[in-house]
Amino acid sequence: MGGIIGYGAYIPRNRIKVEEIAKIWGADAPSLKRGLGLEEKAVALPDQDVTTMSVEAARKAIRRAGIDAKAIGSVYIGSESHPYSVKPTGSAVVEAVGGTQDTHSASFEFACKAGSEAMFACLCEVESGRIQYGLAIGADTAQGAPGDALEYSAAAGAAAFVFGKEKPIADVIETNTFMTDTPDFWRREFMRYPRHAGRFTGEPGYFKHTLGAARGIMAKAKMTPQDFTWALFHQPNGKFPLNAAKQLGFTREQIEVGRIVPKLGNVYSGSCMIGLTAILDVAKPADKILMVSYGSGAGSDGFIFAVTDRILEVQDKAAKTREMLDSNKFYLDYGTYAKYRDKILKAV
Amino acid sequence: MREVAILGVGLNKKWGELWRMSGRDIFVEAALNAMDDANVDHIDSMYVGCMTSGLLIGQEHIGCLMADYLGSGPIPATRVESACASGGAAFRQGFIEVASGLNDFVLVGGIEKMTDTNDDEAIDALYAAEDVLYEAYQGVTLAGLYALMARVHMQKFGTTSLQMAHVAAKNHKHGAMNPVAMYPFVITAEDVLKSMLVADPLHMLDCAAATDGAAAVLLCPLETARKISKKPIVKVLGSGQGSSAIALHARKDMAVLDSVVKAAEAAYKMAGKTPEDIHLAEVHDSFTIAEIMALESLGLVEPGKGGPASESGMTALGGKIPVNTSGGLKSKGHPLGATGVAQVVEVALQLRGAAGARQVKNARVGLTQNLGGTGGSCVVHIFEAV
Repeated sequence: MGGIIGYGAYIPRNRIKVEEIAKIWGADAPSLKRGLGLEEKAVALPDQDVTTMSVEAARKAIRRAGIDAKAIGSVYIGSESHPYSVKPTGSAVVEAVGGTQDTHSASFEFACKAGSEAMFACLCEVESGRIQYGLAIGADTAQGAPGDALEYSAAAGAAAFVFGKEKPIADVIETNTFMTDTPDFWRREFMRYPRHAGRFTGEPGYFKHTLGAARGIMAKAKMTPQDFTWALFHQPNGKFPLNAAKQLGFTREQIEVGRIVPKLGNVYSGSCMIGLTAILDVAKPADKILMVSYGSGAGSDGFIFAVTDRILEVQDKAAKTREMLDSNKFYLDYGTYAKYRDKILKAV
Repeated sequence: MREVAILGVGLNKKWGELWRMSGRDIFVEAALNAMDDANVDHIDSMYVGCMTSGLLIGQEHIGCLMADYLGSGPIPATRVESACASGGAAFRQGFIEVASGLNDFVLVGGIEKMTDTNDDEAIDALYAAEDVLYEAYQGVTLAGLYALMARVHMQKFGTTSLQMAHVAAKNHKHGAMNPVAMYPFVITAEDVLKSMLVADPLHMLDCAAATDGAAAVLLCPLETARKISKKPIVKVLGSGQGSSAIALHARKDMAVLDSVVKAAEAAYKMAGKTPEDIHLAEVHDSFTIAEIMALESLGLVEPGKGGPASESGMTALGGKIPVNTSGGLKSKGHPLGATGVAQVVEVALQLRGAAGARQVKNARVGLTQNLGGTGGSCVVHIFEAV
């Protein structure tokens, strides 16, 4: 059996508040905050991208794993904002974290569940015995068009997990997936910002797949919501995961620690993976965790983790997710944010 | 002219965001329900009220399409368009065809498939109900135009936002008893005032939502209905249609709906009735102010009294004249072309005594009022249980 042996997250310190964005577009901030369940979002600096944030998160994960990066056999990175369309993100990340030329790597894309697919691939390679350790990363500098509803949520961050067979901090005791061809959100080549089908992204998109995967994996594992200490779902906004949890029968206490979106925003491929790091930061031995990602287009991956005794040894070895989320923040005005996100360009 | 009766009525099972159904699926469901209700297996002719199929689903030519999918054979099938009054206008054409003696069994349906698109495209399509050259090109949405009408009404008569909010609260209270309704839940006037401003003074909950839905009624000569109908018979007593300047700025008084006045005059005259004879009405509450103005322009209340009437409960179930017992456009939903036909369905059910929990006691005479755009067109019908 394989499991997570190390984890780490990275959240940039810059934030922008819903009010600041709403002010520019003449939108009603209280309604938006209530409707989306969001307060602010994390924004990448101009010199930060999926590569740099992946490196930050990966270094923490490797530190917690307590392994030599040279022993990592595969690095898979899921993102909707890989810096290059053609050129792997992983090659730079592997070199930066001290990996070797023998490392397999690929950039993954499945909208917001590309990161959990990277986790699945690493787990499978580890369990097959083909590699000793696999590094799975979900990272994004998420795109939201100016004035679109997504601009209030699309955020930046990364999460990384080292998978291996020995010394796990959380065993993977079940996985599943649930996929249909449902075009609720997409971005074609040369399009700068994603398009989405408004309310269609909800019921036939997010809820059908998230609930489908959640129910499927619990049936497969013969478990019920009461068997879990924690649960987390993809977090496109503050409301959807709450609604999904309620429909499945999870309590607010079970999901609140992993529900980081009100203060972080939606880090697309990193969304529920960063939530998982927040749970692992406080988890206790024998805790059971249900994670269900969601990627538009559309599908969900389910994972059930059983936390081991070793969790207590690694939690303090790197910065914790809530600390990054709640401290050292710097609030941007919309103009600076627009410049950082290349929404306005300097004349040359 | 022959006397005309409503032999059957039907709606599709549930209005709302029907992403698993196409427009034709929804239409056929409603049409078959109406034919089942009428207990007939063939029709001679049909009309389909629809406004936006070309703009929102890229499909024109829907008269023959709906006839084909209904399996009704090579009958005459015609689409009727008059913006949000398309359904009412289609009903009038069906009435005229039966009254003229040309055909006996005429189906009138209404359909709109509005949610297979994004919000911007839906707003763009609704612009087409305005004067595109003088209003839409200036960027005024329908909500914006109704907000202007509301402002004028407030200035002229002292109508308040709270009075408008009571219209929405009342219609939701009615709609909560209608299993077809898109939003079958109760809201308070305070909820309306707390909801997001869309176009000052109109809040989100003052506005009807884009809806997928269909409605159908089957018309036949009254004489035929008397022979074959096993249900209480509802007669079409009067039909009126009116127009006014499509653009708001070209009207002499923005607080009066001239097309409603004209349509109502004609319908009352044909029916031999006055506003005092009306026991219940389904009116066009696309925005709460539209219901208030409709009450006044129909003569159901005096000019300027639409707001107080709504606040006092006069227009609620149990009041002097219950209005929009179906939930209205606000709670039941507003699938443009279907709306006018669905109003007829509700009044027919009421006059049959078959409206269940929302039944108006002793209802004998009912009225429907269906408005196009901000009032460029209006269709009014009056019905009686016979």
